[in-house]
Amino acid sequence: MTASVIEATSFPDLAQRYRVTGVPKTVVDDRVEIMGALPEAEFVAQVVQAGT
Amino acid sequence: MYPHDTTSDLQRRLAAVSSPVKLVFFTQTFGCDTCLPARQAADRIAALSERITVEEHNLVLDRDQVAEYGVEWAPALAVVGANDAGMRYYGVPEGYEVGSLVDAIEIAAGSGPTLSDDSLDALDTLERDVHLRVFVTPT
Repeated sequence: MTASVIEATSFPDLAQRYRVTGVPKTVVDDRVEIMGALPEAEFVAQVVQAGT
Repeated sequence: MYPHDTTSDLQRRLAAVSSPVKLVFFTQTFGCDTCLPARQAADRIAALSERITVEEHNLVLDRDQVAEYGVEWAPALAVVGANDAGMRYYGVPEGYEVGSLVDAIEIAAGSGPTLSDDSLDALDTLERDVHLRVFVTPT
């Protein structure tokens, strides 16, 4: 697993491309979107679901 | 600059970094208004620990390093310890996100926050590599 943090105000074009309307927003493999700061277990569950 | 952690808190955390960590900074010459402030932010962080170094490359010219670190845009920081765990920061690290970058530095150094055993077990079930893009803003 790799992870990039993208500071959205430095990259407005990326924020638009990934439809960032609020932060934090996580995009898994450019296809699954996780909105907000979730509890760890819930976040991990969504990542695992996206990756299996 | 550091609204959530005082400079002394960051200084204490960075001074405690016990293994070398390299901040591999990628810039580009044209069309990058945020490259200079990002480099300055990296330098400020590196100044707080003798174990943290900054290495600069050009996103357009240094193709080998761009490929090695898989960097897509500039400004970028690859946070690399003894191994490259694939942690990247794009943009200017400032505000609350300085603390996140310090977390990444601590992880690269082999300390810092970790996940619960349950989370690690769950992630072990992943059948392929996944990449997370986490969009943030400075405050």
